Amino acid sequence: MCLGVPGRVIEVREGIATVDFWGVRRPVRLDVVDQPVGPGDWVLNHVGFAIRRIPEEEIGETLALYETLLSEASAEDSMARDVRAEIAAAGATAGDGSTG
Amino acid sequence: MNSLDQKELSRPLQFRDPVRAKGLLGRLHRLASPDAGPRVSVMHVCGSHEQAIARFGLRSVLPEGLDVIMGPGCPVCVTDMPEVDEAVVLARQGFRIATYGDMLRVPGTAISLADAQAEGAKVDVVYSVSQAVELARSSTDEVVFFASGFETTAVATAAVLLAGPPANFSVLSAHKYIPPVMEIVAEMPSTRVQGFLAAGHAATITGFGIFEPFVERHGLPVVVAGFEPLDILAGLAKLVELVRAGRATVANMYPRCVTREGNRPAQERLWRVFRPVGGRWRGIAHVPNGNLRLRDEFAHVDARRRFEIDLASLWDEVPSPLAEACVCGNIMAGLSRPTDCRLFGSECVPERPVGACMVSTEGSCRIWHEYGGHPDLGGAP
Repeated sequence: MCLGVPGRVIEVREGIATVDFWGVRRPVRLDVVDQPVGPGDWVLNHVGFAIRRIPEEEIGETLALYETLLSEASAEDSMARDVRAEIAAAGATAGDGSTG
Repeated sequence: MNSLDQKELSRPLQFRDPVRAKGLLGRLHRLASPDAGPRVSVMHVCGSHEQAIARFGLRSVLPEGLDVIMGPGCPVCVTDMPEVDEAVVLARQGFRIATYGDMLRVPGTAISLADAQAEGAKVDVVYSVSQAVELARSSTDEVVFFASGFETTAVATAAVLLAGPPANFSVLSAHKYIPPVMEIVAEMPSTRVQGFLAAGHAATITGFGIFEPFVERHGLPVVVAGFEPLDILAGLAKLVELVRAGRATVANMYPRCVTREGNRPAQERLWRVFRPVGGRWRGIAHVPNGNLRLRDEFAHVDARRRFEIDLASLWDEVPSPLAEACVCGNIMAGLSRPTDCRLFGSECVPERPVGACMVSTEGSCRIWHEYGGHPDLGGAP
């Protein structure tokens, strides 16, 4: 639950970013992110809120864990489940209709 | 190095960068070897760290002379029974409770929210506090968001309250604040902890500077680490190095997500909405400044002040006899291991949890049960 999940910003509208999580686009709130974000930026997200803009040059290292979890883990795996819950949390963010 | 190589061959874990992993493990083994000094015990305070350590089998490659103990890093697990009782009573009083999934089955004194739901109470599981706000918007029910989680999660609750939720929405805060509980663990007379591995994403919010006064007061090093197997190895190697050198300092081994000052806009919102107050954590007893409660300006959205919560209505309920034997509290304090509990894996399993540590996906018992039951803990007593 404290893990968070990284994704790439597609567009920003009225304080809500559409973020791509491994091909799934979800709205994420930008109320508490540390720096301004725009299309192409990577953000770390937790319970539907972006909490950190991740420097582009370091995103590879950040993504590695999630890719392992999402590609190898079974549906029951707790850690993978928490990551999927974080992606679902973004979808729950009252949106602008851009969930997909 | 020979036995290390064999262990590496037999384990399922493939490090992203095997050369670097081998280098870090070699360093860790040298630092924690008996030649280098007595056993080293360090504590992490994050369920996600425990998940990664157990899931990727890291303990099987750690040196014999190093104990990595999980401390009170599971927010659901440290939620105290009276806090669950408040949610249960509100649910029985007819309020619609929205909460994160793991809170559903956490036992209160007598029953859990799941039990209340089975009795007919309205309880909704949400992934985000925003979803709880949507529930309130789309219904006429009084929706109470039973809020759990550390500072990382509390920031989202704060943002929602600052954005102006609908009038039928309120918050029952069980949010906890990690830095003060590290002080309590460090001061326990029975503690063996010589250093802390701090959780990367909580520190994303607070910044690593928050640990500097702690380090000064207690003379124990703190290393901020990420969650990838290599991040954890790097964090442990740095921490053991600092312990061995007797250097009490803060080291940031997760610079891609953590800075010294942290996320200022998030901190500003967090502290505008919440204030830290003392309170009980399950198993840890009283933690000064460990609970996050709503400030007076937010009394109108504070379920504790907005509604009468008739806790006396639970006085006649009989606690489960098994709960008496649960050692969740000692596990959270780092004094016992899941396998020390006679209920572990027999009477207490994820499908029928007795204690909170078996409920939450971040609870030590649940993690150990899922990833093999009895992971090698080196020389823990």
